[in-house]
Amino acid sequence: MTCRKYLILAAVAVFASCGDVCLARGMRDFGAVTTGNWHQLLGVLLNLWVLTGIGLLLLFFGSYLTALSWADLTYVLPATALSYVLMAFLAKLFLNEHVTVSRWLGIALITVGVGFVASGPAVTPAVGTHCERHEVEVVGSGARGDA
Amino acid sequence: MTSAAPWGGIAAIVITATTGDVLQARAMKEIGDLGVIRKSQGVLEVACRILTSPWFMSGLFFMALAFFSLLVTLSWDDVSIVGPASASLTFIANALAARLFLKERVDHRRWLAALFVACGVALLAH
Repeated sequence: MTCRKYLILAAVAVFASCGDVCLARGMRDFGAVTTGNWHQLLGVLLNLWVLTGIGLLLLFFGSYLTALSWADLTYVLPATALSYVLMAFLAKLFLNEHVTVSRWLGIALITVGVGFVASGPAVTPAVGTHCERHEVEVVGSGARGDA
Repeated sequence: MTSAAPWGGIAAIVITATTGDVLQARAMKEIGDLGVIRKSQGVLEVACRILTSPWFMSGLFFMALAFFSLLVTLSWDDVSIVGPASASLTFIANALAARLFLKERVDHRRWLAALFVACGVALLAH
């Protein structure tokens, strides 16, 4: 893994959490979506918070696609899961949401799960390939060696 | 709003997002390393290859469905529960879908991560 690739994974986490928090802030202005007001939902696209959220999520999408072009889906998703921790901090700071101790524990467990995956190889050979075992060893040592 | 409604919304996000993720991962595996293509052939070639991929466009459709499901669900519950719960369950569904449809090697390390994430989600729901 090169420094550039780590930066791309970090960008995925930061843009995803900031984008979700901006969307949540915008949806608070709209209120709860019900059967009575769902047809007004397109109007939220004019909300500045929702627009900022969409912009940030587009940046997330670009960095996410870039990461998927050189790593497995089952590596990219957990490796960028620090966004959950960021999201909880941002929700507490900017939306005054109450984040309980059990939620913090849940976030901690998710982060430990991320650690398991992030310490492994970014890409693995497809199941059922001719020389699986040899390739796994090569990919595994490569991912640890070129950091 | 009933307490079951946000979980229905989260289920909708998980199903549509997993389908979108798998389709997009399939597209990006077919296209190759975007950094290498950008260096050799430029940004326009990168955009052209992505936007002409049927796998990518199908994935985009499901991602759009996931986005609107997220938007509606965020209006029902806190972002600190909707965000992590939907994303974490999507991760577990993705591990299964990646093994089945993308033939990715989901080893013990990745399954163990899925277990930790599932426990984390259970705690988030309290």
